[in-house]
Amino acid sequence: MTAEAVAAPAVRPVRPRGPGRHALALLAPGIVALLLTYAMPLVWVLRMSLNESGEGGLIRQTVSFATFAEVLSSAHWWNVIGQTVELGVLVTVCTLVVSYPLALFLARTTSRWRGLLVALAVTPLLISSVARTFGWMAILGNQGLVNKTLGELGIISEPLQLANNLTGVVIASTEIYMPFAILAMISGFGRLDPELEHAAASLGAPRRTVFRRVVLPLTLPGVLTAALMVFVLSLSGYVTPRLIGGGRVFVLATEIYDQATTALDWPVAAVLSVLLLALFGVVIAVYLRAQKVLEARFTGPQGARS
Amino acid sequence: MTVRRTGRMPWAHRLGRAGWAAVLVALYLFLLAPILVVLVESFDDATYLRFPPQGFTFDAYGQVFANESFRLGIQVSGVTAAVTALLAMIAGVPAALALTRLRFRGRSAIEAAFLSPLLVPHIVLGLALLLILAPIPLTDTYWGLILAHLGVTVPYVVRTVSAALMSADPRAEEAARTLGASGFTAFRRITLPAIRSGLLSGGVIAFLLSFDETVISLFVSGQNTVPLPVAVLQYVEYRSDPSIASLSVLLVLLSVVVVVLVERGLGLRRSLRSG
Repeated sequence: MTAEAVAAPAVRPVRPRGPGRHALALLAPGIVALLLTYAMPLVWVLRMSLNESGEGGLIRQTVSFATFAEVLSSAHWWNVIGQTVELGVLVTVCTLVVSYPLALFLARTTSRWRGLLVALAVTPLLISSVARTFGWMAILGNQGLVNKTLGELGIISEPLQLANNLTGVVIASTEIYMPFAILAMISGFGRLDPELEHAAASLGAPRRTVFRRVVLPLTLPGVLTAALMVFVLSLSGYVTPRLIGGGRVFVLATEIYDQATTALDWPVAAVLSVLLLALFGVVIAVYLRAQKVLEARFTGPQGARS
Repeated sequence: MTVRRTGRMPWAHRLGRAGWAAVLVALYLFLLAPILVVLVESFDDATYLRFPPQGFTFDAYGQVFANESFRLGIQVSGVTAAVTALLAMIAGVPAALALTRLRFRGRSAIEAAFLSPLLVPHIVLGLALLLILAPIPLTDTYWGLILAHLGVTVPYVVRTVSAALMSADPRAEEAARTLGASGFTAFRRITLPAIRSGLLSGGVIAFLLSFDETVISLFVSGQNTVPLPVAVLQYVEYRSDPSIASLSVLLVLLSVVVVVLVERGLGLRRSLRSG
């Protein structure tokens, strides 16, 4: 990593020196730690994805795209990829919908309880997702809070299937990523200014118009950041799909784990990981593009938009 | 909420405000629902999960400590998190110092490299670490867990300590140097006291992240060295009784106590508010 970084051409006219003895000495422990525990293992995954799995869990050392071809030509794996993206999109949309009103409220309120209310909204971050998923199992299960309550009220005779399927995973994941979305939105709502809303309202704009023409455009960058964050998190989420999915929801994360530890097919696990990373790359590229479009709309000639 | 004083249809306005408040309360309830359920369940006296809970007892809390795998899990996670936090500080603090106080070519590239583990999903890192640690063989050992947690905690230490160094005034250090202090003395006498809170938050964050790490640990732990989150996950998958709820409540209390202590002692509140 350092060699590359040092070799990179400096664009600045005044060329600072490369890392001197002091800088290198200070950076060394960190670089060694990251090389051993992060860079090298990731390179190993790439290398493993080019191997093939032989008979009886043996790994055939080779350099080929055979395992990639095998995975990408199988309907099963395309289903898994499809369900991963579907889950990601559903969770992202649901999380944005339920987080936006709260974030808007927290960003604008002048209540003296604001600190407490913000703390309450992000407290769940302190609690392990295993514990929160367990809470959702107790709420959504066939004997859970929702089904028991609805059953006793006589609204349903058969329990609603809210766990061991995609619906349950979406509900629980939405709640689990809400604090992330709220935090990302609040810090992205910096341009929101009550004065602008007052101005629009005093010029006679109805509340709906004020929201559509003033509040929404000013909050879109924050919403976009939150969307990226939640989408990326839910693409790779493992605990909730495994526990709430009850072995019936197959996404890349659960399959990577199964292939690595149960099926012991490391080349396939590595290929699935590379595909997940590729998916990340696509999502981030889309995000950067969307951000650019938004920026252009903000900084472009204001009169051009009608 | 724009307050329009047009006098037209005040009842509609009031209705709108009440509806808005109801929506907010409902959203808060949704957000806190699993935690509230876990809290209520933790005092139930049944041996299985049921609604509504019928008794009130602390039995489930006793069961947490009677459970061998939880006791061991707490020990494994505690030791792993402490050593991981220490090593992450040793690796991260000097790096943060170099990245914020020294000018050199490739600085921003190195900084990006230090923060890049934050972008890689843990499910991929877990597999990566399994592939590396299994042949050595270090899976299912303390050192394996510690190495596995190091990569994901160092970036947080670098980020937290860098932020503290950025807000500390470098001119005080320069003044000390001008007055004849060596680089190390200036660091020890001027910089260190100024970034003490940043150092402590970095250490605490690293500890909590490691203590709570689930997915990476799943890959590199086996039968003998099982950290608490993995033990809980395996337990939850096959059984559901109130002891998991009690354990969760205890862990929440632990992290709240840690955060409150850090905040009271070191003004973490200030850095949170600005963020």
